[in-house]
Amino acid sequence: MAVYLDHAASTPMLPEARSAMLEESTRTGNASSLHTAGRRARRVVEESRELLAEALGARPSEVVFTSGGTEADNLAVKGLFWARHEADPRRSRILVGAIEHHAVLDAVEWLVRHEGAEVTWLPVDRLGRLDVAAAERAVATDPASVALITVMWANNEVGTLQPVEDIVALATRYGIPVHSDAVQAVGHLPVDFGAVGLDAMTVSGHKTGGPLGAGALLLRRGAVPVALLHGGGQEGGLRSGTLATPLVLGLATAVGQAVAEREALARRLTGLSERLVRAVLSRVPDAVLRGDPDPSRRLPGIVHLTFPGCEGDSLLYLLDARGIECSTGSACQVGLPRPSHVLLAMGVDEDDARGALRFSLGHTSTRADVDALADAIAPVVDRARRAGLVGAVRPAS
Amino acid sequence: MKVLAAMSGGVDSAVAAARVVDAGHEVVGVHLALSGDSRGPAAGARGCCSIEDSLDARRVADVVGVPFYVWDLSERFERDVVADFVAEYAAGRTPNPCVRCNERIKFSALLDKALALGFDAVCTGHYARIAPDPATGAPALHRAVDGAKDQSYVLAVLPPDRLARALFPLGDSRKSEVRAEAARRGLRVAEKPDSHDICFITDGDTRNWLGTRLGARPGSVVDETGAVVGEHGGAVGFTVGQRHGLRLGRPAPDGRPRYVLEVRPVTNTVVVGPREALAVGRLDGGPAVWCGSPPDPGAAVGVQVRAHGEEVPGRVDEVTPGRVSVTLDRQLTGVATGQTMVLYDGTRVVGSATVTGTG
Repeated sequence: MAVYLDHAASTPMLPEARSAMLEESTRTGNASSLHTAGRRARRVVEESRELLAEALGARPSEVVFTSGGTEADNLAVKGLFWARHEADPRRSRILVGAIEHHAVLDAVEWLVRHEGAEVTWLPVDRLGRLDVAAAERAVATDPASVALITVMWANNEVGTLQPVEDIVALATRYGIPVHSDAVQAVGHLPVDFGAVGLDAMTVSGHKTGGPLGAGALLLRRGAVPVALLHGGGQEGGLRSGTLATPLVLGLATAVGQAVAEREALARRLTGLSERLVRAVLSRVPDAVLRGDPDPSRRLPGIVHLTFPGCEGDSLLYLLDARGIECSTGSACQVGLPRPSHVLLAMGVDEDDARGALRFSLGHTSTRADVDALADAIAPVVDRARRAGLVGAVRPAS
Repeated sequence: MKVLAAMSGGVDSAVAAARVVDAGHEVVGVHLALSGDSRGPAAGARGCCSIEDSLDARRVADVVGVPFYVWDLSERFERDVVADFVAEYAAGRTPNPCVRCNERIKFSALLDKALALGFDAVCTGHYARIAPDPATGAPALHRAVDGAKDQSYVLAVLPPDRLARALFPLGDSRKSEVRAEAARRGLRVAEKPDSHDICFITDGDTRNWLGTRLGARPGSVVDETGAVVGEHGGAVGFTVGQRHGLRLGRPAPDGRPRYVLEVRPVTNTVVVGPREALAVGRLDGGPAVWCGSPPDPGAAVGVQVRAHGEEVPGRVDEVTPGRVSVTLDRQLTGVATGQTMVLYDGTRVVGSATVTGTG
């Protein structure tokens, strides 16, 4: 059986979420319809909204259901930019962490190319943690020009927690809204939307034990983005489209359960991650752990390592051939291996960045998974290193 | 055997991969990212290394049932094929980038990496056959059964140790059979058009592409006597034997068409003249790659100087480690230095060399 160490790409559905979703998918009803079937569907949607809000420290009215994390990120970044820029045309600048997910990065770059936005990239330190002082300086140069700040809760590749509270405190002084992509954090870290004081926060279903194709954007009252999708006016006009009742229920059930069981899971995953790090470093001593080495400042399930002299795609193939599934970073690039922008932003050398592997653990992970990797890693790295030497441009020239 | 199937996203490599799977090998599909262009499908899909082609290759791998990866060899490709192509043109020669790609990328960078990762061979959709030499048992390269699709010319640069690690499952098939087989196997690429142009010049305009890379300055077009007969926008990109696109205002005194006889990049001059002046009866090349032992002087060979050119009979005059020269029984026209000449004995490839001079 395959050893699945890629939970940050997609984690198996929690059984409760799956059965709730499957059960709901046997029923009929458009939550916008006024008859009995519609009312029944709407009740499921609204109870899901309450469950999700409760689990994440939000009010039900602050939940907008979307098709997933990418849509939620796009709605937050584009929608809030448009709204803020429209209210005051001087607000044309977006402050963005350099290690954001492509759903944020590419949305920002699109705004720059097509909507006249300006971007200030916020640097990170060698551990992948956003530099708050640099953010402070970036705001202070011209606070009135800032439309939005977006900083993820925890990085999806190296797992480093981000100083979201510090950024919120800074932004609050200037009245600037803050969005955070919390896709990897929910169910692994304590996430309280209201307590942190965010204006917008992205949640994904399939990273949390819920279904693919479901997500949500939490929006504080007063943060009103311009909509991306127009139509029936669902979700307060912010996200038109018939509500996918089974997906919404699956998402909320998963988030509710994941948050309830978070502490126990996080403790278990921290232990497994530490075991994984020790196992790999004892067998491949020159491998380098990336991200924050302090487990309390990293996502409990993510272990990111670089293997000098290896190409990530060789490592990936050799592990896959042995039934071990992991990732070279983010799964989103269409199979085209490129050094990760996250590692480059952390100051990792481009050659080292090529030999990156992300192992991510989740609720179905076991010691046996980690031990299987421990058994495989040394010969795999050895072979990849030999292949890396022939594949590289510089040594061959 | 563990086989790495190079999958371009086209019909040929798709059927080749399917056939090695049927033969019982353990197969992994790999698409080579060569262009270094990571833009999405919306950015245009022409060219053999586009995103859309990699998606086609991935679908084929799914249907055939093999794991699939994209390997980024764009840096090697840029250095060993694209930069070489530009440098050759800048020196007034006419290179064949497909030959270089087979020599330096597919059966060098890719094959070496595959071997290091534990594969035994690389399979491609080339139309050519490999058969053991009856005397030595060493692998020898032969023309494909389908003469119109034969690609032995662009593979002739491979020495025997590389051929020993190559699989060309289409060498005994006709293209029409391959397309029919792809359709039978349910591969969506069955009707995909063949690629013809140079894959990294996506709009097919080689001269414009070279002009951008090398900078085009206007210069003179002269006849064989040195008399100026016209102007050109840049000597780079003209090819010996070219007739069209000269844009000479005045016809030749005898009214006959004029052809490019020579390109002189240093003086930015293009020399034109009548077709007869293009005729050559002798080719010098070197150093040669021999597929087996070098031919003896006087040996009768077939000579081909273009990927889809005709084969003309000739005789080997001289063979030294650095040089080979061949006399042709029938004259060829428009042979430029930098082209590859391939020598055949029947269907068998004897060897190949880059043309360094003609006479």
